[in-house]
Formats: sequence, C-alpha cells, structure tokens
Amino acid sequence: MTPGTRRRKFISSLFVVSCAASVLLALVPLTFVLFFVVSQGIQSLNVAFFTHMPAPVGEAGGGMANAIVGTLILVSLGGVFAVPIGILSGIYLSEYAGTRFASLVRFAADTLNGVPSIVIGVFVYGIAVLPFKQFSALAGGLALGIMMIPIIARTTEELLLLVPGTMREGALALGATHARAVFTVVVPSALPGIVTGIVLAVARIAGETAPLIFTSLNNGFFSTKLTRPIASLTVQVYTYAQSPYQDWHRQAWAGALVLVGIVLTCSLLARFATRRLENISSH
Amino acid sequence: MKRPENLAFRLGTGLFGLVLVLLVAAIGVELVRQSWLSIEKFGLSFWRTSTWDPVAGEFGALPFIWGTLYSSILALLIATPISLGIAVFISELCPNRLRPVLVFFTELLAAIPSIVYGLWGIFVLVPLVRSIETSFPPSLKALPFFSGPPFGLGMLSAALILAVMVVPFTSSVAREVLKAVPVAQREGAYALGATRFEAIAAALYYARTGIVGAVLLGFGRALGETMAVTMVIGNSPKVTLSLFAPQHTMAAVLANEFSEAADALYLSALVEIGLVLFIITLVVNSLSRLLIWGMARPMTQATA
Repeated sequence: MTPGTRRRKFISSLFVVSCAASVLLALVPLTFVLFFVVSQGIQSLNVAFFTHMPAPVGEAGGGMANAIVGTLILVSLGGVFAVPIGILSGIYLSEYAGTRFASLVRFAADTLNGVPSIVIGVFVYGIAVLPFKQFSALAGGLALGIMMIPIIARTTEELLLLVPGTMREGALALGATHARAVFTVVVPSALPGIVTGIVLAVARIAGETAPLIFTSLNNGFFSTKLTRPIASLTVQVYTYAQSPYQDWHRQAWAGALVLVGIVLTCSLLARFATRRLENISSH
Repeated sequence: MKRPENLAFRLGTGLFGLVLVLLVAAIGVELVRQSWLSIEKFGLSFWRTSTWDPVAGEFGALPFIWGTLYSSILALLIATPISLGIAVFISELCPNRLRPVLVFFTELLAAIPSIVYGLWGIFVLVPLVRSIETSFPPSLKALPFFSGPPFGLGMLSAALILAVMVVPFTSSVAREVLKAVPVAQREGAYALGATRFEAIAAALYYARTGIVGAVLLGFGRALGETMAVTMVIGNSPKVTLSLFAPQHTMAAVLANEFSEAADALYLSALVEIGLVLFIITLVVNSLSRLLIWGMARPMTQATA
C-alpha cells in the first residue's frame, strides 16, 4: 500500500467513526432528558395528581386535574376546528394533485406548518381575544386547530395517494360520481391512515405552550366553560417551572412526565398504524 | 363527459383547500393591521435601535432580532455537522436492521415538547453550563465570546438546547435527500477505486442543494422556537457576542410580555416583532422547500 492510499483509508475510517459518533452524540441529550423527566416526575406522580386541584403555595401535594381536563378540552376543540378542514382539503390535494390550485394549497399548508407557534398565538389573540376582551378556551382551541390543519391535510393527501388508482377507476367505471367514488371507496380504504394523521396532529399539538399563553391563558380553578380562560398542562408546567417554590417544581416535573407520556403514546400509535397501512398498500 | 356533481365535488373540497390559503393570508393581514401603530410611529428605526422601554413608550427591537439570529446560527453551527453525520450513518453506513431503531430515536427528539426541553434546561442544563462557564480559563475570557460573568442562563444554554431540537428535522430531510441520489453514482465512485469517504462525499456533493435546504429547514425551526429558549436564554435585551451573557429573542419577548402589554403602542410593537418573525420564517422555509423539492419530494415534516 502506498502512503497515499493509507492516508485515504485512514481519512475514510475517521469519517465513518465520526458519523457513528454523531449518532451517539444525539442520543446523549435524548437519554438525558428522558431520564430526568422520568426520574423526577415519577416522585410526584400519584393518583392525586390526576384527581386533585393544584395545592396553594407552601402546601405539598395537590394535582393538576383542572389542567389535564383543560388540555383534553383544548385538544378536542382544536380537532373540531381542524379535522373537517384538514381532511377535505387533503382529499382535494390528492384528487386534483396536478392542478395549479392544488400546488397553491400545498404551499399554504407547508407555510402554515412552518409558522412559529407563538406567531399563531399572536394572530389568534388579534382575532379571537382582543375583539371580545376575553381570554377563552375557544381561542386556545382555535390556535391549536390552526396548527393541526396542515398536518392533517398533508397526511390525508399522502395516504389517499397510497390507495391504488384501480379502486377509484373501478368505482367510476361502475358509474359512480367522483364524490361517491371518493367517499365510499377511496376514503374508507384509507381511513386508518386518516385517523393516524389526526393522532399525529394531536401528538404534535398536545405539547404546545406558546400558542396558549395568551389565548386560553391559565386558570387556577376547575373550569369547563369555553368562553373563559382554561388551564392546560403545558401552561401549568411553564408557570410552575418559573416559580421559586420546590413543591411547584416537583409538580412541574410530574406534569412534564404526563405530557411526554401523552405525546409518545400518540406518536407510537400513529407510527404503528402508518407502517401497517404501508405494508397493506405494498402488497 | 362533465357531470355537474363532479364539479360540485371539486368546488366543495377546493373550498376547504381555499381555507388554508386564506388562513396564511389572514395571518399576514392581521399582523400588519395590529402592528400598524408601531410601524407608522417608528418606521425602520424600530429595527435599528436598542431601547426597549414600555413605560416611556420607546421601542427598539434590534436586541431581539440579534438574539434570534445569533442563537439560531450558533445552533446551526452545532447541529449541522451532527445532523449530516446522523443522516449519512443511517442511510449509508449502518446495518439494515439497526436503521429503523435509529430513525425512531432521532425522531423521538422531535416529539418531546418544547416546554419539557425548557424544564430540563432550567434545572439540568443551565447549572451544568454555569459550572462549565465558571471553570473557564481566564485567559480565554479575554475573547469577546467568553466575556462577562457566568450566569448559566444565557446564549450558550439557548444555542445548545436549540441545536438538540433542530437535529431531528435537519437529519431526517438530509436522509431523504441522500436517498434521492442515484445508486449508480455511488457505484461509479467505488468502481473508480474511491474509499467510502470519497464515495459518500461525492454523493453529498451531488445532493448539495437538498442538503442546504435541509439546513435551512432547521434554521426556520430554530428561528421560531419559543418555550425552551425563553426559559434558558435569560431574557435580557442586549446586543453582544458573548455566549455567557443573558440575551433575548423575538419569540421569547412575545411569550414574556404579550399578555402584560397594557397600552396600544406596546402591544402594537410586540405584534410587529411577530410580523417580522412571520416574514423571516416564511422566506427561510420557502427557500428551503424550493431547494429540497429540486432534489426529492420528501414530507417536509419529521414524522415522529
């Protein structure tokens, strides 16, 4: 081997090693974060955390019952806003994929997906809080909904495109209208995928804080009124984390653990469902 | 034959597509409308001055735009080589059976909520960074990058946390882009006697526009990242190169002050910051998508 070859081989192995090292380097913060969230969170996580209201300063224990219910309400509201718009625009994107308007809609979806969540919050504050002079659960749900729309639209599009064209053509050949072919043949066979898209969107927005801090604000009491401020897990964790009290810090870690639990469960569900769907369509 | 029902279907679903387009337009219009007071009063000086004094009604946003750009660029400097390394390792080097596992773990990084990173940042990363900063050799502290007292809360912590959050996005797009490089291209390199590094370097060079797109996508994410940065950057509007100094970002000032902004001008100034953040991310994301689409058509979102 000439010295040149030896040098080239050396550089090459160095490169391979540093690529492997960067994978390990990325896994360090991941394990670090998950380790702390689990080990710190588990200490304050008990039944009371899910059933009790927040305890006043200086009193240990208490829970986040109101914030957990609040997050469920906010995410459901987001879903109510986003699911119809997301699915139907996704259908448009896949059925009329080649049209110029579809490219525009796709561009809008990707743009919306890239808008920082805090900017969505500012926008919703302007249209749904300021006019009514009232922070509300509805405003928070609207902000989350706007973030869900592009995710649902794009996943619906991708998954409808996986349905074999022959199925659509079969329905059309039998004399079905385009709408009938789509709603009775194409959509049902892609339904698990569409549900997956929704779950994925939920996973993405359930952990959002920024669009909520000045739309749904926070609420120290148990509230289910849609026109009033409402507590959420994320804003509650934010409030607690910034406080100087040890008890509240412990509660924040427990809240973070619940959040990570929700988000990971949804992500895993979505992941398994997508893989199954891809397997089905490739056979 | 054109059937009226089919036209109705097309218009009906198209209408919902239109909602998305209108939403983007509405965000732009609403932000301009709400910030008009500030735009009219301060004009361009808003972006050139550094006094942020809500009591006196003086607003200069230079420190915020500085903090946003500086933290995002630092994050990119850290995250880009790591992301590319991950992308290359997963798509070119690792055994097939390991691949889905590694993809899963890197995407997990994107699934963890920003607020959780922030919480971890406050209680774990910041003390760690502080101890690194205090043990820094005094001779290096003469450099502008390491000047000032060690707080822990500050630019360094923010850049580190941002880098972690950006890695999954950049690496997943870079992976898709590498996948789009024809196999024959690599085989050709090997046939000419290239080492592994040389073959992969050629593939990376072939994919360069897409790679730049992947990096820009990460940049767009970093610019708009709010909670985690707010919690560790120290929230002090300053224009300084020092990594140790507490600074501020556009997203962080919105998160901190928006719900407290009592008078119209203050609120309007904050909305203008939101407007500019919207425009910058719009430009960066569009550019990145353009570059990526030139190479491949991956999903532009890390599916976690």
